[in-house]
Amino acid sequence: MTAHVLLGLLAGGPRHGYELKRSYDEHLPRARPLAFAQVYTTLARLVRDGLVTPAGQDQAGGPERTSYAITEEGLAGLRAWLTAVEPPAPHISGTLLAKVVVALFAADSATARDYLVAQRAAHTGRLRELTAIKADPATSLSDVIALDYAITHLDADLRWLRTTLERVAAHTREGSG
Amino acid sequence: MTIPLLEARGLVRSYGATPALRGVSLAVAEGEIVAVTGPSGCGKSTLLHCLAGILRPDAGEVTYRGRRIDTLSEADRSRLRRSELGVLFQFGQLVAELPAVENVALPLLLAGVSRRRARTAGLSWLERLGVADVADALPGEMSGGQRQRVALARALVTEPRLLFADEPTGALDTIAGEQVLSHLVRLAGEQGTTVVLVTHDPRVAGYAHREIALRDGQLDPTGLGLAVVGAPAAWAGPAAAAVETAAVAETDAAR
Repeated sequence: MTAHVLLGLLAGGPRHGYELKRSYDEHLPRARPLAFAQVYTTLARLVRDGLVTPAGQDQAGGPERTSYAITEEGLAGLRAWLTAVEPPAPHISGTLLAKVVVALFAADSATARDYLVAQRAAHTGRLRELTAIKADPATSLSDVIALDYAITHLDADLRWLRTTLERVAAHTREGSG
Repeated sequence: MTIPLLEARGLVRSYGATPALRGVSLAVAEGEIVAVTGPSGCGKSTLLHCLAGILRPDAGEVTYRGRRIDTLSEADRSRLRRSELGVLFQFGQLVAELPAVENVALPLLLAGVSRRRARTAGLSWLERLGVADVADALPGEMSGGQRQRVALARALVTEPRLLFADEPTGALDTIAGEQVLSHLVRLAGEQGTTVVLVTHDPRVAGYAHREIALRDGQLDPTGLGLAVVGAPAAWAGPAAAAVETAAVAETDAAR
């Protein structure tokens, strides 16, 4: 993934390794910051594969810096990556799902309740925390986009949890009534 | 311990034979933003109406700054609502025939402020909410998000100590709703306004400092919206058998 993000950043014009790192962290502020070493090993691999090419050096007062440019093959690779759709159901086997199912069908009800209450509180607490950052006018657009991603998923988990409890209750009522 | 700004004890309220609140007690401290959450029909709108002095509870009491308000006369409650409380509903309920600035100035005019000063204050609140450009537009000429921001300006123009908001973004799309909420939270912070926000949406509740969950007219300390009944059985006894729904009223009694 890192390689394709770097290709995406280079699609706008040649950049130095340092600029790439900065731009990456700026656009994906909630991802783990990219280590310099990773920028250079990734660039080396992209150069080896002919997707990126060194495009001149400058020394503007500081240490010598190589800038890199995307090649035709690199552009084709980037297009191919964006053309390949991500599998739309990545969460169907999550730990949260497994834990709630075990809580509901295997645990005693006090344990189940304590777990569900604590899990819900953890989700709503995190949602509140992220919402406060998002509502701050100083938060950047890239940050808001990443926060929205997280908040929407937390919201989905909370809705699913509620629906699941309603569904199990309805099922139990039908089964026993 | 300091006196809470708003306190309810044992609130009960029914609509005919349908109970909407079955003994709700809560306290809200000055400066807090509290979300009252729960599924539709849980009694949250009825609770808000009782707290805001719009509805009189059948039993229990509401105190505001240490003073009972549920026993006040209709005239006294109206006066209190005009001077100390602000209310924002799902549909802003602006006066359709008046331009935005006059809608915002209205509560000040009712309080006896001069026309010119009320208009100036109205304009400055529209500016703070980023809708000064629609000051002369009629509600029908604005987007839903603009209308709701004008309604928020009108709720805040009297600088209430306590603001009630009932599903304030229920009719808006996500981004328009967020704009209303972030303005609301920011301005409440700046003014030290206490907010009681009713919503069924976890993302809206995320703007509050604290959540009070309701279920079937009572507080729901679990927030799960269901009673997961404790049973002594060990791992052999699945909890699923003990999950019970609360008797949720068929209709949202608050509507």
